[in-house]
Amino acid sequence: MQANYNETIPNNVDLGDDRRLLRALERWQPAYLQWWNEMGPAESSKFRVYLRTAISVDSDGWAHFDHVRMPDYRWGIFLARPEANRVIGFGDHKGLPAWTEVPGEYRTELRRLIVTQGDTEPASVEQQRQLGRTAPSLYDLRNLYQVNVEEGRHLWAMVYLLHAHFGRDGREEAEALLERHAGDPDRPRILQAFNERTDDWLSFFMFTYFQDRDGKFQLAALSESGFDPLSRTCRFMLTEEAHHMFVGETGLMRVVQRTCELMREFDTDDVRAVGGVPLPMLQKWINFHYSICLDLFGSERSTNAANYFGMGLKGRYQEDKRDDDHRLVDTQLEIPRVSAGGIETQIISARAGMNLMLRRDFTLDSQRGLDRFNKVIGAHDIDFELTLPDEKFNRSIGIFSEIEASPSGGLLDAESWERSKDCWLPTEEERDFVRSLMVPVTDPGKIAGWIAPPKRGIHGQPFDYEYVLFR
Amino acid sequence: MDDQASTAPQHPIITFDAQPDGYKHWRMEIDGRIATLTLDVDEKAGIRTGYELKLNSYDLGVDIELHDAVQRLRFEHPEVGAVVITSAKDRVFSAGANIPMLAAARHADKVNFCKFTNETRNAIEEATSLSSQAYVCMINGTAAGGGYELALACADIVLVDDGSSAVSLPEVPLLAVLPGTGGLTRIVDKRRVRRDRADFFCTTGEGLRGQRALRWKLVDALAPRTRLAEVARTRAESMAANSDRPISGEGMQLTQLDRVISSEEVRYPNLAVAIDRTARTATFLLQGPDSPPPGSPEEMMACGDRFWALAVARELDDAVLHLRFNEPDIGTWVFRTTGEVPLVAAHDDFLLENSQHWLVREITLFLRRTLKRIDVSSRSLIALIEPGSCFSGTLLELALAADRSFMLTGTFEGSNLPPAVIRPTRMNFGPLPICTGLSRIETRFLGDAAALEVLQEHIGRDLIAEEAEELGLVTFAPDDIDWTDEVRLAIEERAAFSPDALTGMEASLRFPGPETVESKIFARLSAWQNWIFQRPNAVGSGGALELYGSGKQPDFDRGRV
Repeated sequence: MQANYNETIPNNVDLGDDRRLLRALERWQPAYLQWWNEMGPAESSKFRVYLRTAISVDSDGWAHFDHVRMPDYRWGIFLARPEANRVIGFGDHKGLPAWTEVPGEYRTELRRLIVTQGDTEPASVEQQRQLGRTAPSLYDLRNLYQVNVEEGRHLWAMVYLLHAHFGRDGREEAEALLERHAGDPDRPRILQAFNERTDDWLSFFMFTYFQDRDGKFQLAALSESGFDPLSRTCRFMLTEEAHHMFVGETGLMRVVQRTCELMREFDTDDVRAVGGVPLPMLQKWINFHYSICLDLFGSERSTNAANYFGMGLKGRYQEDKRDDDHRLVDTQLEIPRVSAGGIETQIISARAGMNLMLRRDFTLDSQRGLDRFNKVIGAHDIDFELTLPDEKFNRSIGIFSEIEASPSGGLLDAESWERSKDCWLPTEEERDFVRSLMVPVTDPGKIAGWIAPPKRGIHGQPFDYEYVLFR
Repeated sequence: MDDQASTAPQHPIITFDAQPDGYKHWRMEIDGRIATLTLDVDEKAGIRTGYELKLNSYDLGVDIELHDAVQRLRFEHPEVGAVVITSAKDRVFSAGANIPMLAAARHADKVNFCKFTNETRNAIEEATSLSSQAYVCMINGTAAGGGYELALACADIVLVDDGSSAVSLPEVPLLAVLPGTGGLTRIVDKRRVRRDRADFFCTTGEGLRGQRALRWKLVDALAPRTRLAEVARTRAESMAANSDRPISGEGMQLTQLDRVISSEEVRYPNLAVAIDRTARTATFLLQGPDSPPPGSPEEMMACGDRFWALAVARELDDAVLHLRFNEPDIGTWVFRTTGEVPLVAAHDDFLLENSQHWLVREITLFLRRTLKRIDVSSRSLIALIEPGSCFSGTLLELALAADRSFMLTGTFEGSNLPPAVIRPTRMNFGPLPICTGLSRIETRFLGDAAALEVLQEHIGRDLIAEEAEELGLVTFAPDDIDWTDEVRLAIEERAAFSPDALTGMEASLRFPGPETVESKIFARLSAWQNWIFQRPNAVGSGGALELYGSGKQPDFDRGRV
């Protein structure tokens, strides 16, 4: 079994010579495959999918394309190349050499960070398990599977860190990652957004647009880590996360495009009758996904986040491009505060406001895609603008969890909220409608009526390429 | 991983070496079965500068000599069945711990000093009860505070009845601290002074004299000045008559320890302590015996103090004291051993089979005291049980004393040493209790008689890591792949926690089960005292300890906490 590990598990961590990893993987790999078969993409084990496999971190190695059966996918373990003489870039240890081994005093915190990040990866695969049945095209089906196998690989990446650096505790945590399941009432995933259902393709594109963007910012913050193996792992994961967001952004763009075309073709605002997703309905999906993603960043004021920064474990987005002392011992931050009279501001230590800072970067980034969607809408001479709801809207975590607000930020009492929320969030009826649009299209070159085809195919292949072979 | 490694100790190193002919503050005289220890403190010979040891008050230096004397009387004088402690100063027995010394000492030094003096007083009680060498205190004048506390450690207290000499515990009214060297605990727990009387006694600065002191059970006998020595002698002789120690014969001379101290290491013949200042860790490597035990106590006597069990106890004891006083920043002690498990077990058997021999008994009691010293040390204790180690019986106690133990499952890659084993012996089931009176194994399985029974069935058996873990004798049993990281992370993590919180946590977890006078002194009394030692009412600029002798009255914060 050991002899062919280097072949079946592409890696740049000298896996074949690492007894500790080999021993850990001997147990974990079969458990992972069992999990994939039970909880991964439904009924897909026979399909051959045109997938990109990372076989090395070189520029020509990270994107190797071929038709493969997913259970045989070569989930690899890759760390970005080490930077020579890397130093810790922030916090109390700023300027000291980055750690190549887990510092004993931060073992618990690091493990918690890695487990929390790792838990989201298989969660999304579980959430998307049924989507393969209703893909609007072979191209989209292939993208779904690509996202799935890469989320699987991201799980491997986190498990590698647990196996390589956390001993027995790490092995147990790695097993637990396969034992929690999205939406399982007894053993749910750690973060609530990863227990929500993703059972229609509009939600999938929203997920890859918003949730995976949260993933990007979390990974970016972890890639600043003073613990070098975590940093290097996350840097390589970011290249894959970018593709997921590409799937989300182009997916939503194609829905917007198709809706606008239908509005123009049939000269109607309500495209439901002609099999499209009306723009106000899209807005509701955005309202829902964006607001639950804000919750993913945690409380605006967080002692844990402050500790992670001070300890040098989790930095800010693009730490090195920031023009400050990167220690933030005495720096302050203004954050909102809910009072009887409404929303006021309060001053806290900048370190305690790390979650909010990262979330604000996420908001800016999320807005950019919406701007591009709105350009498409404008180009069709339609007077409608997709917007991100206010940060106070529909929140369950943090300062705003105790109040209710409209998407524009107006405060509401509980009664008004109950009365109005169906105007802003998807209703069961609307979800049923969207699900009704989800008819599978499996002929090469064909596509469902609610979404436009992509401008170009994968890896230079045409749209009508047989991205998935069902035989 | 730490940005601040500890540095080598700044002060001149304190050692615990002493020889009767070099004592500055005590005189030891032997007359037949009675030894007399006479306190005659040299005012100018404090162990540090800046204070004078007036009125037979003591500092660490005085107590190091007392510790040495108590130890030597047990080992070097088998014929001594009773010891009289008295003073050479006219109308003064002892004023207790020197106040200017205490006021000037750093908090850690106060705590260390009190702990050591407490241990010596416990040793005095142990000599009385277990070595058949009873202590009589002949109080020839004022015995205040620590002076009276020294008397309280003795089995018998004779007070001069001269109309003025009193025993007292004036700490609360005069100094705003406690009689922390066992005083509060011993008067009610050991001497059974009624607690309301004790309350009065401890708040009356001048103390009690004569008949009232006797009636209240603060002393056992009174004697007029002219007959004091005679009364004390008579009482000592009747105690000596009950002693089972040999009436004559050679003692065991305790020669100067063979010890080399450097900033990275303390080395003895059977023990090397390596100090890693970055990790703030001291690693004890104890060497097991290299040959079988002697065939008889007589052969053991012929070995002198190089006899393994005695030598290793002396070296370990000295190393523990050295690290406590001179290496306060080294917060974690790691215990390792090297040698043959069967040889350690054979030495245990020798000690147990000859336990009636006075010296064998002394050696076993010394091991017991040394292990107790480790228990009450404010350091994190970790035992590493690796191939080639000899954690059996007495040495297994180190692993049982540890806050956490790691035992390697299997072998190290590339090593031809067989897997590590531990072997429990009868020594683990009674002769070496902790301060609560329970053995470390009983403490580990408190209230679980069934588990103890199972363990007793494993006496004399070699247990590999999986068995030891299953039986609950070790905490973790990683294999060689995990070993380095698990151990490194445990030690690094430990070094990162607050030393204060660790001390409190460890002291709370190490001693489950019943209380004894000893455990109360180390826990309740010391904890209160150490709290008071931090409070402004004692040590603030207007605190009583600071103002003592200045004539100024302390300005207390009147709030009750």
